[in-house]
Amino acid sequence: MLGDIGGYLSSPSNRGKVLELLGQHLVLALLPLLIGLVVAVPLGWAAHRRRWLRAAVFGSATVVYTVPALALFVIMPGLLGTRILDQANVLVALTLYTGALLVRPVVDALDAVPGPVVAAATAMGYQPARRFAAVELPMAIPVLTVGVRVASVSNISLVSVGALIGTGGLGQLFTEGFQTRYLAPIVIGIVLIVWLALVMDLLLVGLRRVTTPWTRAA
Amino acid sequence: MIFSQVLAWFADPAHWRGPDGVGTRIVEHLYYTAVAVLIASAIAVPVGLLVGHTARGGVVLVGSANAMRALPTLGLLTFLFLLLRSQAAATLVALVVLAVPPVLAGSYAGVRSVESGVVDAARGMGMTSAQRLWQVELPGAVGLLLGGVRSAVLQVVATTTVAAYVGLGGLGRLLLDGLNSADYPQMAAGALVIAVLALLLDLLLAGVARLVVPKGCRLSRQSDLGRMAAAQPRLIGG
Amino acid sequence: MIEFRAVTKRFDDGTVAIHGLDLVAPEGQITVLVGPSGCGKTTSLRMVNRMIEPTSGTVLVAGRDVRSAPPAQLRRGIGYVIQQVGLFPHRTVVDNIATVPLLTGVTRRAARARALQLLELVGLSTELGRRYPAQLSGGQQQRVGVARALAADPPVLLMDEPFSAVDPVVREGLQEELLRLQGQLGKTILFVTHDIDEAVKLGDAVAVLRTGGVLAQFDSPQRLLAEPANDFVADFVGRDRGYRALSFLRTDDLPVHEVATVRAGDTPVGLGWRLAVDIAGRPRGWLDPAEPDGALRPGGSLHRRGGPMRTALDAALSSPSGLGVVIDGDGAAVGGVRAEEVVAAWRRKRSADAR
Repeated sequence: MLGDIGGYLSSPSNRGKVLELLGQHLVLALLPLLIGLVVAVPLGWAAHRRRWLRAAVFGSATVVYTVPALALFVIMPGLLGTRILDQANVLVALTLYTGALLVRPVVDALDAVPGPVVAAATAMGYQPARRFAAVELPMAIPVLTVGVRVASVSNISLVSVGALIGTGGLGQLFTEGFQTRYLAPIVIGIVLIVWLALVMDLLLVGLRRVTTPWTRAA
Repeated sequence: MIFSQVLAWFADPAHWRGPDGVGTRIVEHLYYTAVAVLIASAIAVPVGLLVGHTARGGVVLVGSANAMRALPTLGLLTFLFLLLRSQAAATLVALVVLAVPPVLAGSYAGVRSVESGVVDAARGMGMTSAQRLWQVELPGAVGLLLGGVRSAVLQVVATTTVAAYVGLGGLGRLLLDGLNSADYPQMAAGALVIAVLALLLDLLLAGVARLVVPKGCRLSRQSDLGRMAAAQPRLIGG
Repeated sequence: MIEFRAVTKRFDDGTVAIHGLDLVAPEGQITVLVGPSGCGKTTSLRMVNRMIEPTSGTVLVAGRDVRSAPPAQLRRGIGYVIQQVGLFPHRTVVDNIATVPLLTGVTRRAARARALQLLELVGLSTELGRRYPAQLSGGQQQRVGVARALAADPPVLLMDEPFSAVDPVVREGLQEELLRLQGQLGKTILFVTHDIDEAVKLGDAVAVLRTGGVLAQFDSPQRLLAEPANDFVADFVGRDRGYRALSFLRTDDLPVHEVATVRAGDTPVGLGWRLAVDIAGRPRGWLDPAEPDGALRPGGSLHRRGGPMRTALDAALSSPSGLGVVIDGDGAAVGGVRAEEVVAAWRRKRSADAR
């Protein structure tokens, strides 16, 4: 097995291909993560502030998240008018997933900010928007990070499914391996994806620690 | 325009009948799902309950369940197919491997969610270890356990879809056959059926949970735990 | 009765929770273990039903070493009440109470019938039997906890800070309830608390433990307050121990004065302070002579006739008129007491004791 992998990687065109796919994979996984987060935060804040919105927001989030990824990838061209092989399908679908996944942690995290802290901030003269940015959001980071970590792992894994509709980052190593009946690219793909997920996870944990120094002092 | 094409596809009765019809594919899909989840539960529920009950190895269990989330399903399927040379075996192994972590995590979390005061009182009153597990911890664990099963079902439905790539039947066939013959209405129709099926199954399981979870537990269940169950490791899709 | 013989408990990390404890909790009485955090009181309690095993020494219940029976069997014969209550959320109140009888083989019908009896015994309506624990208040839950502990009619009851998690008003009610029950049932009770007031109120015998599991003093509450064995006990009992000691002195020879009362609706007559009462004679407040517009001043605490000196003195000190209100068994005002008379009575008692 190791010999096969070595053999596969000894070809420079293969190496180049793997690197290119790795880069593609990163973009396809992380861009939706970012955009999804940016979408989820205001949505979550709205649901946190107004109780009646919660049912609607959580309900739609659950619906989106329940649909299997491949199905979502396929529905996208119909909705967006893109071609089937367009990378945008995967990007939009994963953004929807990330947003749907993160909305709940955002609400939970904001709910968990102690009432007295919010009250004190308001009493000091913070307007809601600034208070959110300066007080509630920082305190929400730990809980939010848990959600982002799940979304990160999820996205990195799901991108590979896109290989079935032609845009899968490292997933294309799986289809290649399957079609040529060759295990080496498949193993490389799996290893790289798992490694990527691990690295991202560690980065996110590090990011959380850097942005929340008060939790370390406790 | 695409929309009307998809509707037209559904309207054609030929697409529903026969060995390639939607009807057969749904049955196949449900069958694979049921088998995989049952096997996974048979493995994961006892292990999760025991590890939770004895409070030994919990960290390892949760850690490995989390780590499994990173495994790419298409990779696992193709890998096992080439290794085992059998589409049925490869798919079954892959499905079970992916279904075990959520059920394991749910069972474990369920047992741990029983308040320590309740377990202490049960022990202090004279219940043996087995009596405690059966009469006190298991009823308390049902909610999160079923949450894990729900996650597993969705994971398996999604992976079965992808398994069409290695030749399996089921609804994924509609997608991939449509792709191969550039028949987008078929692909979209297939995707819609899968989406609706997944949603219906999820609703069904939510309903089952409502019935099965003891009433007293539902009343005392704090919202945090309910949300924890909902936020279970759900690696949906691929 | 419960006996600790040279019991020591050393945990794996080296901490000594209990250090050579020798203690006999007398039969049919409430023995309280009290002390600061880390004094080993809960650890000692949990060694009686083998939730924790001693490193050395022996624990005996009714003369038998607790190690002579399998733990589960031992525990079914000992009642156990804990701070978090620990009712099974998935079972109804009745089924919760019936747990131990069912474990010992009693039929479900008989167990449930007994459970309903016990509900009434602890002062709850049998209606609550069908509810789930989550539907009960904290005080109600703990009453159910006590009922559950009594279900198999064990001779011994272990109570680990059972009333610490409820608010003070509810706690007082539960303490009264326990004393009433004990008057009826006469169990051997080992009670753990960190609150010296609770210890003094409930205990027939009180053991004060210091950090590290050393017994500082084991005595009746009166002697504990009057003659603390060392500085630690004196400090722990607190600054008000002189005042608290008044709880144990009766007021049979205390003069009760006439108090000018005004019934609700009548016009007040006379000068000076008048006590406003309702139709049943229960005090509602004081009419201040300096405020002729008739607004009621809230009264102080009430002293039940024949009750301890402590409540008499407090009634007098807290009354706006300087006259403590004395009530009878139905709560109707019967007269007033003055602070100086309480102190005089106390002085008389002291010299009587000295002779």
